[in-house]
Parts: sequence; C-alpha cells; structure tokens
Amino acid sequence: MSTAKRIYMDHAATTYTHREVLQEMLPFFTDYYGNPSSIHQFGREVKKNIDIARERVAKAIGALPEEIYFTAGGSEADNWAIKGSAYANRKKGNHIITSVIEHHAVLHTCEYLEKEGFEVTYLPVDRFGMVSVEDVRNAITDKTILITLMYANNEIGTIQPIEEIGRLAKEKGIYFHTDAVQAVGSVKIDVKQQNIDMLSLSAHKFYGPKGIGALYVRKGVKLISFLHGGAQERGRRAGTENVPGIVGLGKAIELASGKLDESVARITGLRDKLVQGVMENIPYTRLNGHPEKRLANNASFCFEYIEGESLLLNLDLKGVAGSSGSACTSGSLDPSHVLLAIGLPHEIAHGSLRLSLGEINTEADVDYVLQILPEIVDKLRQMSPLYEKVKG
Amino acid sequence: MYSEKVMEHFSNPRNVGELENADGVGEVGNAHCGDIMKIYLKVENDVIVDVRFKTFGCGAAIATSSIATEMIKGKTIDEALQLTNKAVVEALDGLPAPKVHCSVLAEEAVKAAIEDYKNKQSKK
Ligand SMILES: Cc1ncc(COP(=O)(O)O)c(C=O)c1O
Repeated sequence: MSTAKRIYMDHAATTYTHREVLQEMLPFFTDYYGNPSSIHQFGREVKKNIDIARERVAKAIGALPEEIYFTAGGSEADNWAIKGSAYANRKKGNHIITSVIEHHAVLHTCEYLEKEGFEVTYLPVDRFGMVSVEDVRNAITDKTILITLMYANNEIGTIQPIEEIGRLAKEKGIYFHTDAVQAVGSVKIDVKQQNIDMLSLSAHKFYGPKGIGALYVRKGVKLISFLHGGAQERGRRAGTENVPGIVGLGKAIELASGKLDESVARITGLRDKLVQGVMENIPYTRLNGHPEKRLANNASFCFEYIEGESLLLNLDLKGVAGSSGSACTSGSLDPSHVLLAIGLPHEIAHGSLRLSLGEINTEADVDYVLQILPEIVDKLRQMSPLYEKVKG
Repeated sequence: MYSEKVMEHFSNPRNVGELENADGVGEVGNAHCGDIMKIYLKVENDVIVDVRFKTFGCGAAIATSSIATEMIKGKTIDEALQLTNKAVVEALDGLPAPKVHCSVLAEEAVKAAIEDYKNKQSKK
C-alpha cells in the first residue's frame, strides 16, 4: 500500500545528506580522484581538501586538526577508542567504567574486552537515564584506565553531565571517552573545556553521508592503531581515505555548527508541541528520558497496553516513520536495554515509540501526528486483552 | 518484511473483540515477552459458530490471531483441533523466521479455548 504522505521522524536513526553537502562531495568522485598519499598534483589537490575537512571537524568541537582521525563511522570510532586505549594502557590497569545505557557499539566492545581479561563496571542510571557523577567517582579504582560514557542517549535523548565527569577523570588521571554520535550537531561541544580525551562522531546523524565518522584523540593519549597498513591518518588508521565521505563530513559539520542555536531552538519548539500534545491527548502514556536535559529532537514515549511494532506499522501505513525499542523491533526477546535500565517493566517497555525530529519537519507534520496517533493507540488498545482490565 | 497477506490481516483484522457468555476462552502468552492472545468461542452442536480475539503484540501476532479465527470459524471442534501453526504460516504466505513463534501462539490459543470449552462441558 502506498501513501501520499511521507513524514520522516526517525532522524536519530539516520538523516538524509544535505544537497549542499552532496554538491561539495561530487567532484571528489569524478574530477579530484588522486590518491591523497601521492605527491603529484592529483594527489596534492585531494590531500588539501582532506586537511580542510579535518580543520572543520576540529573547529566544530574545539579540537586541534591533528587530533582528528577519520573512521568509517561511529561504531569504528567507539571500537577504536575503547579497545585502542585499553590495550595501550594494559600495564597501568585493566578496569573500565561505562554505563548500562550505552549504544551496542560501546557495550559489545566492553563485553569483548571482558573476555580478554579486562574488568568493566556498568553503572546504572536513574529513572531519567542519568548517570550519577558520584557513582562514577565511587567506581574508580587504582586499576581504572578508561571511563567511557555516551554524551546523549540515542533512544531516550538524555544528556549526561559530561563536563563534571570530564573534570573528575582529569583529576584522577583517567582517560575519558564519550560517544557523541547523537550529540554532535545538536549540542555545543568543546572538548578542551569539557576535558574530553576521546570523542566519537558520525556524519550520517547530522545530514552528512553514511559510513564516515571521526575519532577525536587528545594529543598525548596513548592508543594503539586499529587498522594496520599504510601511513594514512599519521600511521594510526591505515587505508586509502574515503575522500568524498571525508569532504562530506567536513561540510556537514560546518553547516551544523553554523546554525546550531537556530536549529535547536526551532526543533525544540516542535518537539515540545509534540510531547505536550501526546501527553495531553493519550492516557496511560509516559515520556521517557529527562524532562529538560535531553536532545532537542528526541521525543520518546511508552504507551501502556500496546506493543511498539504494531504501533510503528500503523504509523507507517499513515506515512509516518518512527522507531521503537520493543523486542520485536530490537530483534531479540527483550525490549531495549535502555528502557529496562530506566526501570520500566517489560510490558511497558514493549510499548515504546521514538519520534526524532529533523530539519525537514514542520508544524504541519506535528499536527498530523497528533491527529492520527491517538486513534492508532486507541485502536490497538481496543484490541488488547491488557486494556480490558483497565477499562473495567 | 511482512507478506501482503500479513499486512492485510494486520490492517483489517477479522473477528476482533470479545464474546459475552463465551462457551470457551483461551489466553496464552505473557506481557513480559510482548505477546498475549485471547480467543473466545461460541459453540453450538459441536460447531464453532462464532469466534473473537484480543491480542497484545506485534504485527505478526495480530495477523496470526486474525487468520486463525477465520480458519476455525464454522469448523467442528475436532476439525479446529487439527489447526497447526504451519497451516497458519502458509495461510499468511509465510512469516519472517523470528515471527514464527506468533503462529505457535495462535495455535496454542485456539487449543486453550477448546480445552476450556471441553472443561466447561464436562462440568455441566
Ligand atoms: C549513540 C550511537 N553510537 C554509535 C552509533 C553507531 O554509529 P554508526 O552507525 O556511524 O556506526 C550510533 C548510531 O546508530 C549511535 O546512535
């Protein structure tokens, strides 16, 4: 069944690539194709543009250009930061601190390291998805070599107290890595002021292409190389560069930081209208995540007595794209680890819906969702044997 | 990922609701795992003359409940007991592998409702 309406509210999953970004990338497929490692003009002109992209990324997060390493996305940056610093500092200790709500790129990497003899503390979060700085402090031992905590959560949008954790890590002389994949482009970041030693980012979350990202590594941080081979990325990440991707990342991050305040203000307005409309018109509904300290674009709900996948399918039939942390959509038997970590019982976590807004969304889109969502939720509740008991 | 048949049953589920004074009611699954199916039967002279369902669950759970109710309506109790999850999957033109358990649940819900009917009969 096709539908005329196409409303995309899944920007936390990925975004489209801005036309302006694409325009900047295109010549690097056809006209400027030299290998940036080559010394001839074909190589040099490409190398120059990689340097420009590196400067743009550095500027956006308050780093130095030589502290930026391009990767094939957020997952690689997370893997590299965690494994690379763990192996490089094994003589100092074997203890890593993280949280239970990290993205799988961090969680599964930590689980892998546990098999390799590292010890990992998975800190709990409160009902809003916040890690407590005191918990971090108490978890530190003389064997702790790394704290890795996400900047902002991809499912519920909660933003962590990064600056406080950075200060603590610095005071204790422990490396601090943050997965800022969801935060870059939505939050003002300054790695120096916030004492961040390593930071992961990924272009496809801020209107850049997929499969390209970066790891910021503060000068002096000990990290083993992840990909061995040629001397690219100052010998730390081998492989001929994804030049169009790098150029696209540079342009996308420049555009995103240039209009950050304006874009956050507009999207926050839309998000608040959406959240308020949903909470006022649909009973037995919860807002997941922190009421204030959350990403501007994130609206995450749980609707009791119904299941998330059937909700998503119904929304899709009406042209609206969202996502859910229900078991059926997570591909496992359990609903999302993040929703369980904030204390939701399984049956409520199954009924989650995440709508993540973006630049293309308008008031009219929000109005449309507010018009169709109550009907859909009600239709599913009328079908639900759990709801009978409530209605009495 | 779902067949057209699944989506058709999901968008227009048949026999949704409850039956007052049902002759047999079966409920299987649990909220913890994310699916519950409840089936209500009306039986006359050993024939299922009416059936309704209520389901909490994903798209496949709703579609399998819907088609299972269609497949047993008008059948005798013995015929309905022959319903298999495989037949449910085939009638829906297939289900993605992780969703096959929904068809098992549908078979179990039908069997639970029939069992309840039989228990009630023997107590009469
Ligand atoms: C918080 C977080 N970390 C890491 C990733 C992985 O990034 P990528 O898809 O670029 O590998 C994502 C994207 O889904 C994310 O949201």
